Amino acid sequence: MAKRVRTAGDEVLHPRKNRNIDRVVFFCIALISLVTLATIVYFIVAQAVPFVGKLKLVPEGQGEIVKWGETYAQTTLSDLFGPKWLPESDIQEFFGMLPMIVATGVVTLGSMALAIPFGLSAAVFVGEVGPRWLKDVFKAVLELLAAVPSVVYGFFGLIVLSPYIRDAFNLVGGKTGLTAAVILSIMALPTIASLAEDALHAVPNTYREASLALGATKWQTIWRTLIPSASSGIIGAVILGMGRAVGETMAVLFVAGNAPFLTWNILRSLRPITSAIALDMAESVRGSAHYHSLFAMGAVLLLMALLMNWSAEWFHGRLLRRQGVREG
Amino acid sequence: MVGPKEAVPTMETTNAKRRRDVSAVRDWVERSFRGETIIDVQNLDFYYGKSRALVSVSLPLPRHGVTAVMGPSGCGKSTFLRTLNRMYEVVPGARATGTVLFEGENLLKTDAVMLRHKIGMVFQRPNPFPKSIFENVAYGPRVHGVRSRKRLTGIVEDALQRAALWDEVKDRLKESAFSLSGGQQQRLCVARALAVCPQVLLMDEPCSALDPKASDRVEQTTRELAEELTVIIVTHNLQQAGRVSDHVAVFLAGGVLAEFGPTPAVFNDPQNEDVADYLQGRFG
Amino acid sequence: MAAQTEYALRKKRSLTQWIAFSLLGVGSLFGFFFLAFILYWIVSQGAPAVTWEFLTDIPRNMATEGGIAPCIVGSIYLTLGSLLVAMPFALGSAIWLSEYAWKGWWVRAIRIGVNTLAGVPSIVFGLVGLGLFVYALGFGISLLSGACTLAMLSLPILIRASEEALRAVPNSFREGALALGATRWRMIRTVVLPTAVPGILTGSVLGMARAIGETAPIMFTATAFMLSQPYPTSIFDRVSTLPYHLYALVQFSPHYNETKPIQYGIVFVLVIVVTLLNLTAIIWRTRARRKKAW
Repeated sequence: MAKRVRTAGDEVLHPRKNRNIDRVVFFCIALISLVTLATIVYFIVAQAVPFVGKLKLVPEGQGEIVKWGETYAQTTLSDLFGPKWLPESDIQEFFGMLPMIVATGVVTLGSMALAIPFGLSAAVFVGEVGPRWLKDVFKAVLELLAAVPSVVYGFFGLIVLSPYIRDAFNLVGGKTGLTAAVILSIMALPTIASLAEDALHAVPNTYREASLALGATKWQTIWRTLIPSASSGIIGAVILGMGRAVGETMAVLFVAGNAPFLTWNILRSLRPITSAIALDMAESVRGSAHYHSLFAMGAVLLLMALLMNWSAEWFHGRLLRRQGVREG
Repeated sequence: MVGPKEAVPTMETTNAKRRRDVSAVRDWVERSFRGETIIDVQNLDFYYGKSRALVSVSLPLPRHGVTAVMGPSGCGKSTFLRTLNRMYEVVPGARATGTVLFEGENLLKTDAVMLRHKIGMVFQRPNPFPKSIFENVAYGPRVHGVRSRKRLTGIVEDALQRAALWDEVKDRLKESAFSLSGGQQQRLCVARALAVCPQVLLMDEPCSALDPKASDRVEQTTRELAEELTVIIVTHNLQQAGRVSDHVAVFLAGGVLAEFGPTPAVFNDPQNEDVADYLQGRFG
Repeated sequence: MAAQTEYALRKKRSLTQWIAFSLLGVGSLFGFFFLAFILYWIVSQGAPAVTWEFLTDIPRNMATEGGIAPCIVGSIYLTLGSLLVAMPFALGSAIWLSEYAWKGWWVRAIRIGVNTLAGVPSIVFGLVGLGLFVYALGFGISLLSGACTLAMLSLPILIRASEEALRAVPNSFREGALALGATRWRMIRTVVLPTAVPGILTGSVLGMARAIGETAPIMFTATAFMLSQPYPTSIFDRVSTLPYHLYALVQFSPHYNETKPIQYGIVFVLVIVVTLLNLTAIIWRTRARRKKAW
């Protein structure tokens, strides 16, 4: 077959050009997430700082009459993290954030008290005990549940749950920390259950087989071997669920009651940080101490959320590292 | 077949001894082989991170014809092949040192993208793109800058003919490449590589994922192509190498080139004892 | 004697297991029933309210009558707008993470950035949106500010989904293209991206589903309860969205009880829309996985 061989030189070839420009361009685009994060942190902190600046911190005992309607206030440090929150008061403005922080803590702990047992048991049941097909149904249902907007959960809590709680505990109104806790537990449950199930699934079969071969029952295997092995992943799942509860705004707005008073009683009306920010935002004047105090609360909230996120990552990282070691 | 009548050396395992063997082989090759060298490999070392995959490989790859590269698993033959078109660069931590002369330049240092226009590759498993048959073959020329539809059609037909696939697909060029059988897909990949008119075609065990019949056709195509360009084929299959290749290079474990010469010479009368063992099927 | 204690031990362990599993089973069953109840409640209360007028009419009579059409329109604009803003950045980041980045300090940093962003509470996005877009950049309370704020929120989801779609493209395609002399970007543009498009679209749908349901980020950056005009004419206008309207009706409306049917209707529409979007994404994903010829 004598054909003239076409060689590469016959065709048009690309001129040599700098070939790394695409890498640089995409790197710059990829920086957007860091840039966004930095912007968020910067803004929150920058707007929170004037709060402290617009407050004249005076020594104890002198946190008295404050200019009404002007843009600064006098307060003491103990009042700053104190129990009173009266930002637009005629007489004296208080910016104590403690009620909000405590409320967030109470509601979150309450929601975890419900979500962890139910979430874990669902994960265990579906992952280890139930029939095969249930797992796919379960995962799909959880995914759909997690997608439901928070206003819907809040509305449900308002219409269905709060009258029930009001009657059950003989209260004046049904909007309490408990109502919020229940709703938040429902919202955090998909996260916890799904991730816990992943963690359990990641435990290699060899552990199960070894345990059963030693004569343990399935339950003993789960309780003594699987759950401890998956503990990093499970803790990570719980922390992420907690993070969801802490950061949730709309649901608590509907049902938590929003009274800004310091109390540990979950049956009282509470105001977690998220709803505090949302509620007061509408009323505050831009540039006032009130306005900046909301950013200060946002800073506290952001800090809590970031800490939880990072510790969850750390736990999850331990899970991944253990997996990697095993597969090596 | 003439060969140097050296005393067969004892089984030492030092690299120096192997290198001596190789250079003796190389002298012999240059004396008896009067063809040109298209790629001149000189002292090629290859590292994956800290571990060495190729040790001081020196080898004149002859122009035209088929050169088979063989050896037991893990001896570095695929690595060697991928060095020739710089495909190892996709692996982080992979490093090649030495000189590989192609067209007067050290191809380890030239522009990889341009290099791959002249040295093409067919992989172990057929890997057509999720596009039509036509678009698969036209991909290379498009990368080159060929835009005219008429020219592309001509190039595609030409390449498919050379790959002995044209008759089977000429009526369905618009169909997805995945509608072809495994053997056809591999020939499609050959056509795709040919469409840029390379001077050298590297084939990395191209038949290992194919059934015997498809394998036959690819072998046949390989022999036909060898008249126009240089084919360097890595293969596990001794019989295939015997059928298809004019020259054969045998690597041994550790990335050492143990023997190189015309196929009949190496197969019937290997100079290196380990190579003789390998060829007898005693290991690898 | 030993056999008897062994028998007793085995019985006790079986009993423990039986109790444990029953509790688990009952708990899960309870959970499922509870969910079914919520679903039933939503459908039974909400479905009757959804009529054609409901979907196409504007609110009338202090929002006690009429429909929610402006909210639907507003939701669509806001969601699509946020996708428009976020997608280029998300896709670019995903491309870098999947195709260009090797082990290195920057890769870890950017991944930490993405994961951290995912954990930021939505109200914080609202605060930043207010300070940055509404005030500092002067966009005012508008569709634009809301879209930008939502874009920040959607970034992690879109990046993760897009990266997953890109990584799903088999390496053999990349090798084939590179061996033919394509540059890296060309290979990405002509082989990897076209193959990954279905997965990227699925990710967009998931991002949309999330953005539609969000209220906190847009409460003070984009929305108003009583709009001066029902439909926005420019990106600097305010809009109303489905979730915000619901919140506003509950929180601000003096005719709380009369608007009950509308509230239920909104809930129903929201849940249907979000569920449909997610189902679409899930179905696409499973079909794409099964359909793969490679």
